Amino acid sequence: MKQFITFIRKEFYHVFRDRKTLLLLFGLPIAQIILFGFALTNEIKNSKIIICDYAKDNATQRIIDKIAASSNFEIENSLLSHQQIEDAFKSGEIKLAVIFPAGFNNDLLHFNKAIVQVIADASDPNTATTLTNYITTIVMDYQKELTQLNPLPWQIIPETRMLYNPELKGATNFVPGVMALVLLLVCVLMTSASIVREKEKGTMEILLVSPFNPFLVIISKAVPYFVLSLVNLVIILLLSVFLLDMPFNGSLLLFFAESSLFIITALSLGLLISNSTDSLQSAMLVSLLGMLIPTMLFTGFMFPIENMPKPLQVISNIVPSRWYYIIVKSIMIKGLGFAAIWKETLILFSMTVLLLLVSLKKFKIRLQ
Amino acid sequence: MKDTVISTDKLTKRFGDFIATNEISFDVYAGEIFGFLGANGAGKTTAMRMLCGLSTPSSGKATIAGFDIYKQAEEIKKNIGYMSQKFSLYEDLTIVENIQFFAGIYGLPDKKIKEKTDLMIEQLGLKNEAKKLVGSLPPGWKQKLSFSVAVLHDPKIVFLDEPTGGVDPVTRRQFWDLIYAASSRNITIFVTTHYMDEAEYCNRISMMVDGVIKALDTPANLKQQFAATSMDEVFFELARGAKRKAD
Repeated sequence: MKQFITFIRKEFYHVFRDRKTLLLLFGLPIAQIILFGFALTNEIKNSKIIICDYAKDNATQRIIDKIAASSNFEIENSLLSHQQIEDAFKSGEIKLAVIFPAGFNNDLLHFNKAIVQVIADASDPNTATTLTNYITTIVMDYQKELTQLNPLPWQIIPETRMLYNPELKGATNFVPGVMALVLLLVCVLMTSASIVREKEKGTMEILLVSPFNPFLVIISKAVPYFVLSLVNLVIILLLSVFLLDMPFNGSLLLFFAESSLFIITALSLGLLISNSTDSLQSAMLVSLLGMLIPTMLFTGFMFPIENMPKPLQVISNIVPSRWYYIIVKSIMIKGLGFAAIWKETLILFSMTVLLLLVSLKKFKIRLQ
Repeated sequence: MKDTVISTDKLTKRFGDFIATNEISFDVYAGEIFGFLGANGAGKTTAMRMLCGLSTPSSGKATIAGFDIYKQAEEIKKNIGYMSQKFSLYEDLTIVENIQFFAGIYGLPDKKIKEKTDLMIEQLGLKNEAKKLVGSLPPGWKQKLSFSVAVLHDPKIVFLDEPTGGVDPVTRRQFWDLIYAASSRNITIFVTTHYMDEAEYCNRISMMVDGVIKALDTPANLKQQFAATSMDEVFFELARGAKRKAD
């Protein structure tokens, strides 16, 4: 046991001596949270739009006021000619145009039906969809107010509700993804690098000749990164709750328990990589290409998995971060308990056991 | 008869069709400085790795400090020290931290670790450098420190794999002083080298050619046997017949 502590202390020396890596370790999650939270958010703010109001009545004015009050839009101009609208789209000045036909309020009051035309620049389909959704929500909102004041039984009101994320906040999507990404990066890359470094430097031989248990070498290597990952997790959590106003609805204890499981999964992956490679470069390459890219693609926080072709959806199942992402979202945002995520937990747990078994089996006590 | 600390009987290692060491049999006695010589690729390192437990033999028998290399690897590990060809201390740790780490994983008690650390720093004259990172030391110092760490836990045998590669003659001389000092503490030294002047410092030497031990005796007897004036000549005489290309 004392030998074990000696070893772990040594590992911490390595970590703290390497200032650049340490900076990267803690700078990376902070930078990512800020980037994803503010810069790379898929929430669209201050989009320039045009409103053509041919009606200029009570109803349209109310809707326009609502649009103007939204932080998503900035009303650029109110033009009248179609030609001018088209020019504005072509020049890229505006992303969206809202056109109220003449007699809007009249139609609404007498025919219970009014049409508002929403034209979006769909050269960027994601933006276009999001922006039209924003407008639709605002219009619906107005419609709802109207019916509350003056209930008309035959009026059909389509009800849209944005579950869990009523303001369509981008951060709710990204933060759990960033957590998975950072944990994976720290654990896989750092552990594999630290073991392979011992092999490269020749110190592994010395350790294997010593009476120190080789399996303890592996475990001692994992301990510092486990601790660092937890610290990182706390930083991300604090940043997302206090800086990005993320909700945290579930149990903290469950969150950290599940995260620990995921960290162990990632550490086992790191072990597997380091046991299969002999040089630092190949370990780094495999970690980056083999871990980072699949995580970005298949976790679901950047590209929805439901939209992928079937074969890719199947592949995404073997990416551990996918399951962790679901777990974190369930706990943080939906506030669900263990009963709702036991299946994901079981999958993650099985993956971990499998990875650990394979990597320990591959670990060569005797060098060839 | 002297105590035998290393004994091998037809120890063989094959890598596929290639026989790296072919049925080598020899004994090393307690307190001896045993030189293990041979050209590059002759199979020295392979043999040494088998003796240290880093590599499993294909066939043959061997005991180290009385323990069987197949069955009692854990016991052997407690009784040997090893210094590899590569410099193998942690460069990002200080001298003291390195010493304490290796003493720690060999399970020395805290008090002993402190004693040993102070003694070693004193002996190596590294008092002012004790808190410096090992990476900042000149190569000669690293080598000496590496050796001192290898014998830190007072092993019965220490294996040195080309310990003086790339070191200047003065430092090599100082290094051999350390070896003699360890030997006088009754630590058996098993050393591979390319330098024939170093071979002269050994009590007995074995010459390996193409995976086989071609000669084994004291330096004086070997010179007499091959009618040579120096170990260089003995080496050339033996290595000339080698078929393997040096790697």
